[in-house]
Amino acid sequence: MNIASEIIGFLAALVLLTAFGMLAQKRIYSLISLFAWQGLFLSLNTALVGYVSERHHLYLSSLLTLSLKVFLLPYILHVLIRRLKIAKEVESIVNIPATMLIGIALVIFSYHLTAPVRELSTLMTRSTLAVALATVMLGLLMMITRKHAVSQIIGFLAMENGLFFAATSATYGMPLVVELGVALDILIAAFIFGMFFFQISKTFDSLNVEHMARLKEED
Amino acid sequence: MSAISLFFVDVLQLGVVICLSPALVGWVRMLKCWSQGRTSAGLMQPYRDLSKLFAKNIMMAENTSWIFRSMPYIVFGVVVLIGGIVPILTIDLPMSPVADVIVIVALFAIARFFTALAGMDIGTAFGGMGSSREMMIAALAEPAMLMSIFTISLSAKSTSLSQIVHVIYSGQTVLKPSIIFALLAFIMITLAETGRIPVDNPSTHLELTMIHEAMILEYSGRHLALIEWASMMKLFIYSTIGIALFFPWGIAPVNSIPNLAAAFLFMVCKLAVISAGIVLIETGLAKMRLFRLTEYLGAAFLLATLGMLSYFILD
Amino acid sequence: MASVVILFSAVLVPVFLHRSQGVMIAVTFLIASVASLLGLIAGGMAVTARSTDKIVLALGLPDLPFHLRLDVLSGYFMVVIGLLSLYVSIYSLGYVKGYLGKRSVTSLVIFYCMFLAGMFMVVLADDALIFLISWEIMAISSYFLVIFENEVAENRKSAFLYLVIAHIGAIAILLSFGALAGLTSGTGDFQGYTFDAMRNAQHPLKWATVAFLLALFGFGAKAGIVPLHVWLPEAHPVAPSNVSALMSGVMLKTAIYGLIRVCFDLIKVFPWWWGGIILMIGLVSTIMGILYALMQNDLKRLLAYSSVKNIGIILIGIGLSMVFHSLDLPLLAALALAAGLYHTINHAMFKGLLFMGAGSVLHATGERNMEDMGGLIHQMPWTAAFFLVGCVSISALPPFNGFVSEWLTFQVFLLSPSIQSPLIKLLMPIGAAVLALAGALAAAAFVKVFGVVFLGHWRGTRKTAIHEANLPMKAGMGLAAISCLALGVMPSLFLGWIDAIPNRYVGAGIMSAAQSRDWLWLSPISSERASYSGAIVFIVILVVVVATYIILHVKPGMIYRGPIWDCGFEKINQRMQYNSTSFAMPIRTVFGYLFKIRENTRLARQTANPAFPVLLHYRLKIRDRIWEWMYQPIVQLSFWVSRQTGRLQRGRINTYLIYSFLSIIILLVFM
Repeated sequence: MNIASEIIGFLAALVLLTAFGMLAQKRIYSLISLFAWQGLFLSLNTALVGYVSERHHLYLSSLLTLSLKVFLLPYILHVLIRRLKIAKEVESIVNIPATMLIGIALVIFSYHLTAPVRELSTLMTRSTLAVALATVMLGLLMMITRKHAVSQIIGFLAMENGLFFAATSATYGMPLVVELGVALDILIAAFIFGMFFFQISKTFDSLNVEHMARLKEED
Repeated sequence: MSAISLFFVDVLQLGVVICLSPALVGWVRMLKCWSQGRTSAGLMQPYRDLSKLFAKNIMMAENTSWIFRSMPYIVFGVVVLIGGIVPILTIDLPMSPVADVIVIVALFAIARFFTALAGMDIGTAFGGMGSSREMMIAALAEPAMLMSIFTISLSAKSTSLSQIVHVIYSGQTVLKPSIIFALLAFIMITLAETGRIPVDNPSTHLELTMIHEAMILEYSGRHLALIEWASMMKLFIYSTIGIALFFPWGIAPVNSIPNLAAAFLFMVCKLAVISAGIVLIETGLAKMRLFRLTEYLGAAFLLATLGMLSYFILD
Repeated sequence: MASVVILFSAVLVPVFLHRSQGVMIAVTFLIASVASLLGLIAGGMAVTARSTDKIVLALGLPDLPFHLRLDVLSGYFMVVIGLLSLYVSIYSLGYVKGYLGKRSVTSLVIFYCMFLAGMFMVVLADDALIFLISWEIMAISSYFLVIFENEVAENRKSAFLYLVIAHIGAIAILLSFGALAGLTSGTGDFQGYTFDAMRNAQHPLKWATVAFLLALFGFGAKAGIVPLHVWLPEAHPVAPSNVSALMSGVMLKTAIYGLIRVCFDLIKVFPWWWGGIILMIGLVSTIMGILYALMQNDLKRLLAYSSVKNIGIILIGIGLSMVFHSLDLPLLAALALAAGLYHTINHAMFKGLLFMGAGSVLHATGERNMEDMGGLIHQMPWTAAFFLVGCVSISALPPFNGFVSEWLTFQVFLLSPSIQSPLIKLLMPIGAAVLALAGALAAAAFVKVFGVVFLGHWRGTRKTAIHEANLPMKAGMGLAAISCLALGVMPSLFLGWIDAIPNRYVGAGIMSAAQSRDWLWLSPISSERASYSGAIVFIVILVVVVATYIILHVKPGMIYRGPIWDCGFEKINQRMQYNSTSFAMPIRTVFGYLFKIRENTRLARQTANPAFPVLLHYRLKIRDRIWEWMYQPIVQLSFWVSRQTGRLQRGRINTYLIYSFLSIIILLVFM
């Protein structure tokens, strides 16, 4: 049991590392591959939790995560970028060291927030709740500080990763129906994003959200 | 063991450090040549270089002062002192209570301080350039180094290197994420402090790309020999500090001849592997331009902080 | 108590001798040195004997006599003040002679003695009245000292700023003491103003917090914490250098003394967040202070900003001690307090030394701008050597004293996992990282200072004859340098000596708890945890250096001198060296977003090919953001208020008569 909980902790740390890595990236392709790695660590973690707690439906959700987040979504995003000839660099509003510092502050904050849960929970994965919450917040931070639409999607998907991770660590996973529903939602969201990007790019010739800010009327 | 034999063990370790560090650099250069398809100059070449330099006369710039003349000796003295403190062959060193790991970092800082002053003493643009760049890198690298060391010392509840090794021996081997992060950060910072690619190219001859070399541009003869030797010893010592913090198995827990001999063999093997790692990084990466080093060192600091945070959160 | 008498006499002597300036200088500074020595001895005896002495002077207002008290805390600060003022008084014997013939130094001498007397009395005061009186004496006499060279308009502005901030601080301190006194004895009776009464009273939390915040503001303004630091870099450079040494070395410490006295002695019980606030302020001051220092080109301004940084380090120690004390961890609190106090005396020593060295440079070259100096090590070898000791100490390098207090502070940070609260536990490593960053930046700043001022070639245009400092100046600097080394290699002796102070205020002494080894080793918690021996580091380095030198000189080769390597350029001149702006440029680029930096380069003369310019104009403007965010709005606001109030003045007699009439009616109605 001890080894398993250590490996879970290790995978949680890797998830956090990839979340920070995504914050620090300036290139789109590296962002997508980091997202794929995060999905991989997440699915490994879910499988391990499933093995330890003997809830076999977690194997299914792990497989689902693997196929969706590690293979399908990155593939869709790659196709989008190539098709729409999107710019390959990501600009950010705040510079990267400052974003990192804010990220560290958010991690500390989420650790502080989940302290009471940690006292009460009896599960093996209780200490990873802080990491999950932090991943959600870091995904939100990425959405806030990036000017590139694809990076905002990835931030949204990273938030979802964090929520999924939180579910696994707090309650050993959600009921399978909920999992399937969420996965379907993500897939549909990806398709809709793709269509929107296509349209926006065709109309405005750019996916930079700052340009879209000019759409509002001047008074 | 009596005090005399303890003292003897320390002198033996110092001898190993002083005599073997050129061999380490020679080995690194050999591996680099092999990986690049060139013929190497041999393992003994650094020894030949040093003896050539010791035999030569000294040419100094006109306006340099006593700081320029004394810097090689001070740097060499500091590095020798550190060599006697780090547990390389054995934990039970008489000198180990003299300095803990924070003191060791500060002792390296003394060497850097005087090297930077000597760079300014020359009175040209090159020396000042080397000094200012070196101090910037140091300013960014020191917090990261201290954070990664703190992470280890938190789990060992001590900052004394011998004590850390002792605790790692008596505990179980654990795959703690905090230690992995601290190790990654330590590797990145070691490359920065010892002046290897991707931070600084140790074999460059273009002055504008130099950082460490620019500060010692005017040195010659035995002064240069001492400085070169000290930087070889610095690489050796940083590697052994890394070994002591992260992979100490093999260091003799008590002083006895078979233990020490085994420790020596382990050390040689580990250093050979570390050199291979260094060569892999040096051949695979390119030197970064100076202001990209902020991101590099910032990433190292981030890794170290994450290690610290994981220690609290996940352990 | 003889020291008190000597201090008073020190004030009066110079009045008699102002005719013959040379003799006056010699006599007065000798007496000042003797007075400092006596203060030092008295304080030292108080700390060693762990005693408390009290007297009540019959002076003062009727019914409110002065109380004076010498206990271990006062004794320690008297040692700090006495030690540095002894060195500076010896130094001044030589330094002030440089003013002879150019202006009259009578006012300098008089106010110097008053300044010293004021500082000693602040430390000895045992009630609010004499504390504030001596605080005022200290502030006013230092104002007159700062404005000594008063024909330059800049100096007057700086001194005025200093006066304003010092008085705002004094008002805050007055209000704080008022709050404490009111709590003690109610508003009807004035007896609450003695510190004894305050000590023994119970303080309700809300009012104690008010008093604490006011005291923090007031003492912080004098100590120079960010954001109240703006007077430091203005006032310290324009004062004569011996005065700057005293101001930076000991006057800032009296503020620290006041803070410790109020928090640990008068208000004994406090919640943890007070310590947290002080810790935060300390961290911010540390990092901002050293960053400001790196951007400076004026030697004394740089040293003033670095004082801000070191006060930050002292406050980190004190803040940590308060946090641990409120969390009931006496051993850690004692260690933190000891670290803060140790840094107090260390800073006094090395900052005094650095300012004395700067004064010596100023005396010899007449320049304060580092960009015009260089190569002084050849003409001023002694000053350079002592200044180097100061630079090495302030960069926290072993085996000198600055390292010991930083090492102790790091050890305290590392002990923080004993705290239960997870939030504080996580913030501690960040604090340690900030301290490490500040230490490395300080080393960069002082390589810059020493390198640009003393090494290389002379960078300026005019070259006056440069002479070495005279004997009293060398003696003062040399004594301070020796103290730096001594405090660095014998830390456990020193810590054992001041152990009574933490023992008294937080309830534990560190040396008694630790396994005491002999004087060579400093192991504050236990020797397994961490240990350091400054003496052995020093001796081993010395031995290896000497041994290497001897081995290599068995068959010494020749040493030739030749021109420097110029990469084939041939037209290299001394203007092409790195100067202080260029040295700080990488760090300025990395950290520059904290300041407002405007840099532009412009071709001055058009040439045929723009790739080979002949003459460039380069402009660099660095502004302090705090000045613009905090002080400008306050200044605008006060101007606006005064303008509005000015409307009351109509200039017509009828209006004024109406005002008087209205006041009489109001008074009659409400009385």
